[in-house]
Amino acid sequence: MDYTLKYLPLVILLVPMFSFLLLAFFGNKLPRKGDFIAVSLLFINLALSLIVFFAFAQTGKYSYTVDWFNLGKGNLNFTAGFVIDELSSIMLIVVNAISAFVHLFSVKYMEGDAKYKKYFSYLGLFTFSMLGLVLTNNVLLMYVFWELVGVSSYLLIGFWYEKPAPQEAAKKAFIVNRVGDVGFFLGIMIIFLTLGTFTFTDIFAGIEAGKLQGGLLTAAGILLFCGAIGKSAQFPLHVWLPDAMEGPTPVSALIHAATMVAAGVYLTARIFVMLSADALTFVTFIGAITAFISATIAITQNDIKKVLAYSTISQLGYMIMAIGVGAMSFGMFHLVTHAFFKACLFLTAGSVIFGMHHVQDIREMGGLRKKMPITYWTFLIATFALCGVPFTSGFLSKDSILAATMAFANINGGITYIIPIIGFSVAGMTAFYMFRLLIIAFLGEPRNKEKYDHCHESPIQMTLPLIILAALSTFVVFSFNPIGADSGWIMQMMKTPESLLTGTKGMIYHIVDRAEYTEMLHHAHYPAMFLSLAIAGLGILLAYVFYHWKKVDVEKLTEKIKPLYNFSLNKWYFDELYDATVISFTMAISRLSAWVDNKIVDGVVNGSATVTRWTSFGSGKFDNVVVDGLVNFTGGLVGFFGLIFRKFQTGKIQTYIMFLVFGIIVLYFMFR
Amino acid sequence: MQQHILSILIFIPVLFSIPLLFFKKEWEKQIKSYTLFVSLAVFILSLVLYFTFNTELQDFQFVEKTVWIPSVNSYYYVGIDGISLLLILLTTFIMPISILASWNTIKFRQKEFYFLMLLLEGSLIGVFAALDMILFYVFWEFILIPMYFMIGIWGSENRIYATVKFFIFTMFGSVLLLVGIIWLAFQVQAISGIITMEIPRIMTFSVYLPLDKQIYLFILFSLGFLIKVPLFPFHTWLPDAHVQAPTAGSVILAALLLKMGTYGLIRFSLSLFPSAFIKLTPYVAVLAVIGIIYGALLSIVQKDMKKLIAYSSVSHLGFIVLGTFALTQEAMQGSVIQMINHGLSTGALFLIVGMIYERRHTKEIAQFGGLMKVMPVFSVVFLIVSLSSIGLPGLNGFIGEFLILIGSYNSQNLHSSLYTILSSTAVIFSAVYLLWLYQRVMLGPLEKEENKAVKDISKFEMSYMLPVLFFIVWIGVQPNTFLKLSESSVKKVLMNYEKAKTLMETQGNEKK
Repeated sequence: MDYTLKYLPLVILLVPMFSFLLLAFFGNKLPRKGDFIAVSLLFINLALSLIVFFAFAQTGKYSYTVDWFNLGKGNLNFTAGFVIDELSSIMLIVVNAISAFVHLFSVKYMEGDAKYKKYFSYLGLFTFSMLGLVLTNNVLLMYVFWELVGVSSYLLIGFWYEKPAPQEAAKKAFIVNRVGDVGFFLGIMIIFLTLGTFTFTDIFAGIEAGKLQGGLLTAAGILLFCGAIGKSAQFPLHVWLPDAMEGPTPVSALIHAATMVAAGVYLTARIFVMLSADALTFVTFIGAITAFISATIAITQNDIKKVLAYSTISQLGYMIMAIGVGAMSFGMFHLVTHAFFKACLFLTAGSVIFGMHHVQDIREMGGLRKKMPITYWTFLIATFALCGVPFTSGFLSKDSILAATMAFANINGGITYIIPIIGFSVAGMTAFYMFRLLIIAFLGEPRNKEKYDHCHESPIQMTLPLIILAALSTFVVFSFNPIGADSGWIMQMMKTPESLLTGTKGMIYHIVDRAEYTEMLHHAHYPAMFLSLAIAGLGILLAYVFYHWKKVDVEKLTEKIKPLYNFSLNKWYFDELYDATVISFTMAISRLSAWVDNKIVDGVVNGSATVTRWTSFGSGKFDNVVVDGLVNFTGGLVGFFGLIFRKFQTGKIQTYIMFLVFGIIVLYFMFR
Repeated sequence: MQQHILSILIFIPVLFSIPLLFFKKEWEKQIKSYTLFVSLAVFILSLVLYFTFNTELQDFQFVEKTVWIPSVNSYYYVGIDGISLLLILLTTFIMPISILASWNTIKFRQKEFYFLMLLLEGSLIGVFAALDMILFYVFWEFILIPMYFMIGIWGSENRIYATVKFFIFTMFGSVLLLVGIIWLAFQVQAISGIITMEIPRIMTFSVYLPLDKQIYLFILFSLGFLIKVPLFPFHTWLPDAHVQAPTAGSVILAALLLKMGTYGLIRFSLSLFPSAFIKLTPYVAVLAVIGIIYGALLSIVQKDMKKLIAYSSVSHLGFIVLGTFALTQEAMQGSVIQMINHGLSTGALFLIVGMIYERRHTKEIAQFGGLMKVMPVFSVVFLIVSLSSIGLPGLNGFIGEFLILIGSYNSQNLHSSLYTILSSTAVIFSAVYLLWLYQRVMLGPLEKEENKAVKDISKFEMSYMLPVLFFIVWIGVQPNTFLKLSESSVKKVLMNYEKAKTLMETQGNEKK
C-alpha cells in the first residue's frame, strides 16, 4: 500500500496536466479533437482517487517531501511535497468527480464550438491546478497552485473572449483575486520569517512551541485568510464571482462547485488549528456577512446563473462561518455536499440554457417541467439539497452548521447570537429564492411560447451526469441516518482537530476544547434541526404563495419596497462603490503620476536641457559680442594706431632723416 | 583555453566584427548569417564558463591579469564571480536572439547595424568581467557608442531626441563615475601608499575610509548606476529610448544595459563603500519603493505598448534595487535572479511588441483588439510572457519577486517591513496593467479591417521565442540551476557588509 500512496497521488496530479498538454499540442490531429481522451482520463483519475482514498483509510496519513530549491546549505530550504490525509483524500475524489462529470457534460454542451479543443485543454489545466492545491503539504506550493488556479480560471471565464463581457469578467476575477493574494503572500512571509518553514506540520509544531503567538499570530491567520476571501468570493472581494458567470456554464459548475471557490474554504480548513480566537472571530463574521449579503441579492436576480452564483457565495459564507465557529469538519462536509448539488444545479442550468437555445433570463422560461423532465427532477432534488430539505445531503451538512452556530453562540453569548440569527435567516432566504427560481422556470405556463416550442430535453451525455449528481445529493451517500451525519463515514473520518490555541480567549471569542464543544453541539442539534426545518418550510411556502398560487401581487409588493428591491437587484451597489472609490482612485492617481512624470520629472530634464541651451546661446552671444568684441576691439585699436603710424612709415629716406633731425632737436632742448 | 576564456569571449565579437566592414553592402544574407554565427559561437563558448565554474569558491574565477597602463598600475584584469557569470550568460543568450529579431526588421545599413551589435556584445561581456577600474570604465563608456547609433539611426520618428537624451543622461552619470574613480584612487593611495586600479585590492582599503568620504564617493559612483538602472526620478530617458529604439535595441536595453546599473551597485557601491551603503540605504530604498509603485501606476495609463513595458521595467528594477539594499542572502540572490528574469521576461515582451509592430507598424494599443482570433499561437506566447512578468508562480518572475520580498521583510538594513508591504501591492498593479494590455490587444472582437489579415507568429519568430519561453518555465520550476551559481558570491558580498557593520559599530563606540 505504501507505493500506492507514494506514487498514485503524483499520477493523479499529472493526468490532467497530460490531458492539457496532449490536447493543446495535438488536439487538432486527434479524432473529435481528443475530447474522448480528456473525458476518459478524468474518469480514470476519479477511479485512481478512490483507490488512494481507500488506501488512506487503511494505512492513515501519508506525506512525502522533496527539496525544491535552496539558498545554500543552511535553513533556507524550500521544499515541495504532498500529503494524503482525510482532507486531501476526500477533496481528491470531489475534484475529480465534478471535473469528470463536467468533462462529460461539456462534450455535448460545447459541441460545435470553434474552440472545442482549447476548451477541453483548459479544463485539464484547471483540474491540474486544483489537484495540486489540494495535494500539497506546504503553504508556498499551495500559493503556487493557488495562482495557477487563478490563471486557469482567467482562461476559462474569458473563454468567449470575442465578446466584451467575458474578458472583462476574466480580468476582474484575476485582479480581485490578486488583491486577496497579496494578503495571503504577506501571511506566508510572516510564517516563514518567524518559523522558517512552509510545511503545514512544521508550522503547527512551531506555533505549538510558542514561536509565533499573540498579535502576530492573529495577523498571520487573518492574512492567510485574505487569500480565501479572494478565492472563495467572500465579502468584500465577492464581486468577481457573479461576473464569472460569463464563462461557459459547465465551467461555472466546475469553478463554483469543486475548484477555485472551494480552494479558499480548503485553505481555511487547513489552517484552522492555527487561527487565534480573534482571527476566528474575523473569519466567522466575514462568513456570516457574506452569507447574508449574497442571499439578499439572490432573491431578486432574474438570470438563472446569477441566482445560482449568489447562492454559491452565500453557501461559501456558510462554510467559512462554520470553520470560524469551530466546526471545521462541518464546513468541509458542507463543501463536499455542496460540491455535488451545486454542480448539479449549474449543469441543470446549463441543460436549460442548452435546451432553450441560450436563454438565461428566467422571465422567458416557465413550464419547462413538461419539456425537460429529467432536468426538472434533478434540479428539484438539488434544490431540495440546497434548501436543506430532509433526506438530502444538504440537510445533513447545513443542519450541522446551524447547530454549530448555535453551540458557538451559547458558549460565547452576547453579540455572537447574531451568527445563528444570520445563519437561520439565510436558510429561509435560500429556500425562498431557490423555489422562486424553480417555480418561475419550471412550473406554471410558458412565458415565451416561441422559445418554449423549440425547447427540448438534453441528450444523454448531459442528463447522465445530472442524474448521477442528483443521486449524490441524497443522504445515503454520506450517512445512513437521514437526520444526523455523525454516524456517517465522512463525519467518522473527518473530525475537527483540536485547535492549537484551545483555552485562549479573544475579544469575544473563547476557543473551548473539543469535548466541551461537542457537548454544546449535542444540545443544539435538535433545536437547530426543527428551527431550520420550520424556516426552510416557511421560505418554500412563501415562494409558492408569491409565485405559484400568486396570492400576493409581486409587482405591487416590489413597487412598495422599491428602494429595498433596487438595492438587492443592484447587488448592494458594490460594483458601483468600487468603481467610484478604488478603481477611480487608482486611475486618477495613475493619471496624476503620468502627468507628474511628463510635466515635472521629465520637465526638469527637458528644462535643464533648455536651460543648458539658453546658457549655451547666451555664452555663444557673449563669446561673439563681448569676448570676440574685445578681441576685435583690440584688433581695431591696433589697426587704428597702425593707420596713424603708417603715415610715418613712408619708406623715403628723406622723411626719416627729417624725423631724425627733428628728434635730435627735441632731445637737445630736453636735455640742455 | 580555459584560462583565457574571458578574453576570448570579450574579443571574439570585437575582432570578428571587423571583417564585417569588408563585406559588400549587398551581401545582406551573408552579413546576417555571419553575425548570427559569431554570436552563437560566443554563446556556446560561454557555456564553458557555466560548466567549469566552481560554485563553491567565493573568489573570482577565470582570472587573467596583464599590465596595461603601468603609470597608474592599471591592469588588463578580468575575472568573474557567480553574479557576473549569470549576467554574462544572459548577454550571450540574448544577443543571438536580438540578432534574429532584427533579421527581417532592419532593412537598411545592415552592415553597420550588425557591426555595432557585435561591438556591443563584446563590451557588455567586458563590463561584467572587468576587475580593473579603468578597464571597467572603458567598457562602460564604450557601450554608449553603439547604443547611441542604434537608436539614432534605426529608431523611429523621434529618435534623435531620444538618443541624445539617453546619451546625455548616462554620460552625466559616467562623468561622475570617472571623477569618483580618480578620487578613490587618490584616497586609497593616501591610506596604502600605492596607486591601484584593481577592484579586489581597492576593496580591502576603501572599506576603511572615513564615513563622510565614503558617502561622497558612494554618491559619485552610484548616481551613474542609478541612472542606468533607472531609479526614480532618473528614469525618464528610458521610456523615450525604448519607444524610439528598434526591437533589438529595446531588448538589449532592457535585458542587458539596465543590468549594468544593478550590477554596478553590487560590485562597486556595496563592495567598495559598505558603510556609506548602509548609511544611505533609507534614501535609496524609499526611491526604489516609489519607483516600484510609480512605475506600475504609470504603466496602467500608457497608450503605447512599448512605453507601458518601459514603465513596467522601472517598477521591476525597483524590486531589484530594493532587494540589493536589503542585504540579506534571500533578497540579494533574489535580486540577482530577478536581473535574469527581467532580462528574459521584459526582453520577450519587447520581442512580442516588435512582432506586432512588424505586422501593423503601430504600437498604439487602441489600434488593436481581438488579435487572438488571427494569431492563436502568438496569443499563447504573449500570455505566458505576460504572466511571467506578472510574477505568476511556476514561472520565473515569481522566484525573484518572492525571494526579494521575503528577504527584505525582515532585513536589518532596511529597518522596516513597510518597504516590503508597500512593494507587494505592485503584485496587483502588474496584473492590472499587463492583463489590461493583453485584453485590449488580444481579446475582444476583431473589428479593425487592418487587423484581420495579420499573420500568426512564424516558425522563424518562434525559433527565437522558444528558448526564452524555455527558460521562463525552467527558472520557475527549477530555480536551483541558477540560484546555486550566485550563492557563494552573494555570501561573500554580504560578509563584506557584515565586516563594515562591525567596523561602523566599533567606530561609533570609540567616538562615544
